[in-house]
Amino acid sequence: MTRGRGITAIDGAIALIAILLIVQMWLLTATLESYLAGHSEPIVPAAILSGLILAACAGLFLFIQRIDANIRSAEEPDSRHSSPSAPR
Amino acid sequence: MGVRGLKRTSTQDPVWRDEFSAQSATERYVTRRQFSKFLVLTSLGMFVGNLWILVRSWFAAKPSFTPQPVSTAAEIPVGGVKLFSYPTPDDPCILIRRSTDTFVAYSQKCTHLSCAVYYAREQNRLECPCHEGYFSIEDGSVLQGPPPRPLPRVTLKREGNDILATGVEI
Ligand code: FES
Repeated sequence: MTRGRGITAIDGAIALIAILLIVQMWLLTATLESYLAGHSEPIVPAAILSGLILAACAGLFLFIQRIDANIRSAEEPDSRHSSPSAPR
Repeated sequence: MGVRGLKRTSTQDPVWRDEFSAQSATERYVTRRQFSKFLVLTSLGMFVGNLWILVRSWFAAKPSFTPQPVSTAAEIPVGGVKLFSYPTPDDPCILIRRSTDTFVAYSQKCTHLSCAVYYAREQNRLECPCHEGYFSIEDGSVLQGPPPRPLPRVTLKREGNDILATGVEI
């Protein structure tokens, strides 16, 4: 994978994480709101959904790590040693 | 800290080179990786928030209500109202006599922003003057406006001429 495609994939994954975070934020505020209003029915499903969103975010994070590692390991031999400004 | 799965080509490369690259292109990766780490930690924080609400709701004590006389039947004419507080002095409620034998009572706090609702006799509904939220007199459900939930209903019991509040149904 090229560096440009890698950056695009990582940006896409970050955008997905951001969307999931917005949903999770809404979920937390809605759950808190209904809990404070004395309704406890949505609390368990909301906690499960929030856990699933966290798992999805963690999965995307691992995906980013893997792409990052792949590209860096592919480019490492020449890019590191060809740069005169790189500190040794 | 090294990146998981990163294959080092040279064993002489110090670990810090992974995180503090001298090349701007590589640095962009580091920034994105750290940003995504921050986002995942935020997600973890919100999950913990949801769990906290769950734990609190499990251990929350169930409210107990003691019956309390709020009015006598003779005090209110048909179509009339009486204001009272139940279960604590900070919980204003409204009692309405709908017919000779029918009384209903609701919390007077609007479920939108807690303005005091009043009984609109002509329309036969409870109205909130702040943002025109209307509630049904039958069950307290929202008829129109911004209130997100029905009005809590105060359960009543009649004992002779006395009307007692016995609980609150949310
Ligand atoms: S406070 Fe009642 S409608 Fe807004």
